[in-house]
Amino acid sequence: MNPLSTRVASLELANPTMLASGMMGETGASLVAIAEAGAGAVVTKSVGLEPRKGYENPTLVELEGGYLNAMGLPNPGIDAYREEMLVARGAKVPIIGSVFATTPEDYALLAWKMQDYGAAAVELNLSCPHAKGLGMEIGVDPTAVRRIVREVKQTVKIPVLAKLTPNTHRLAEVGKAVEEAGGDGIVAINTLRAMVISVEAKRPILSNKVGGLSGPAVRSIGVRCVYELYETVEIPIIGVGGVESWRDAVEYMMAGATAVQIGSAIGRKGLSVFQVIVQGLQEYLEREGLENIGDIVGVAHD
Amino acid sequence: MTRQDMVTVTSVTHEGQGICTLRFELDRSVMPGQFLMVWAPGVDEIPMSASFIYGEKGITVREVGTATKALVACQKGSLLGVRGPYGNGYQIEQGRGLIIGGGTGMASLLPVADFIGDREQVDILVGARTAPELIFVERARALSEEVHLSTDDGSMGMRGTVVEMAAKHLEKKRYDMIYACGPERMLQAVLALCEKKNVPCQLSLERFMKCASGLCGSCVIDGLRVCADGPVFQGQQLRHLSEFGIWKRDECGGRVKL
Repeated sequence: MNPLSTRVASLELANPTMLASGMMGETGASLVAIAEAGAGAVVTKSVGLEPRKGYENPTLVELEGGYLNAMGLPNPGIDAYREEMLVARGAKVPIIGSVFATTPEDYALLAWKMQDYGAAAVELNLSCPHAKGLGMEIGVDPTAVRRIVREVKQTVKIPVLAKLTPNTHRLAEVGKAVEEAGGDGIVAINTLRAMVISVEAKRPILSNKVGGLSGPAVRSIGVRCVYELYETVEIPIIGVGGVESWRDAVEYMMAGATAVQIGSAIGRKGLSVFQVIVQGLQEYLEREGLENIGDIVGVAHD
Repeated sequence: MTRQDMVTVTSVTHEGQGICTLRFELDRSVMPGQFLMVWAPGVDEIPMSASFIYGEKGITVREVGTATKALVACQKGSLLGVRGPYGNGYQIEQGRGLIIGGGTGMASLLPVADFIGDREQVDILVGARTAPELIFVERARALSEEVHLSTDDGSMGMRGTVVEMAAKHLEKKRYDMIYACGPERMLQAVLALCEKKNVPCQLSLERFMKCASGLCGSCVIDGLRVCADGPVFQGQQLRHLSEFGIWKRDECGGRVKL
């Protein structure tokens, strides 16, 4: 048996690494490229009902510990995305469709279309930290989250994952709401609201001023969030935030994550990061004499 | 990681109609064909090929939209944000090279001739739509024994496209590598020519870009990221792409005709 095989809800993954939403997921061909680079599953860029340009540049600032970005959810709209999904299905790993909207009905419609296009699961972006009226503004309210997840669950058969924001003190409540509404898994965390100011230009660098911080700088926050969620919910948790090595992946899994998503590391380490982490996990299991990577999930808890 | 640095423009040189070069101090090593993300504070940030990589770095801008308008309006002392360099750059091969530049595509190519540093080992073909848009002619002549010019309207040099001129030129002379940059339709024609003549080529592409760090996927052509896997591609890499010369992505990520 493959020691890295991982089950997330009903998804069968050859290894516990996944491409995080927002990275490279704009086109079907790049999702295939990431799958070929070794990811166990890939998540699309977040797609909405209508085409959306996103923000003007600068949309990214490189920092020592990661990236600050405010892309502004650029996407071609769900109807145009059909074509990308057709190409993406050429990948030999599950494709998870990420969607964003403002109402439960729109979330459900988008999820239904993703299912129709062949997505193996849908990830609800309830957590974009810099889009007005979208994402995080909904994702900090357990009642709103419950309504959205319930509506989507009533509409699609594929597993429904909810991606949550760490920009709240009510994370556990929101996680509980996902579970109570029938959600099949939680993805934590999205980026943290942050800002960088150019001292010389005397203004924030991002055109949107505020963006989301990702990369190693947020890893310990992600690990804490996964740890807290693991104590609150029974459904699988997917850890994301600053995973760059097999150790980081193991850390998230010990906190309670069944799988991990990788985003910023693609820029910082290159596409080979998936293969390097998978190899590292394999060697780790051999050293520890473990049969399956699932054996370490949650072991950091008393 | 590459910091966002603010630089001060030290000189502005008029190169051609609506085209100028901005020079600035940037203490980073830049290879021929690499690009910088240049931020005009409060306006926009765009990818710009480095047109000067030795001494003071430089970019060469043609006014086409809001961002380039702001850059062209810069004066000595203007502040710009710079991050990078990004991208792979040209792989300069041993032997004789031919440079084929269309319009401001010349900007990314002259550093190749700088790098080769031997007037006998590199020839340069400079093309543009019309004479006032021909740039870097004197600089090319300083770097190469053999420089030829073409304009679409015949107002200077050979009348016709730079690729037509290249086709004639390749009847007479053999090269070990061709380096080209310009509009994608032109590059498509260069690739076809190189395949016919059995000469390897490296072509520098342009796409709408956001992160420039290989993350966001805005600039992909098929599955390749122009910012990280490019902007320079080997001819044989491009031959199999379904989008080369036909499709690009708009700001929403939707496919649009080139």
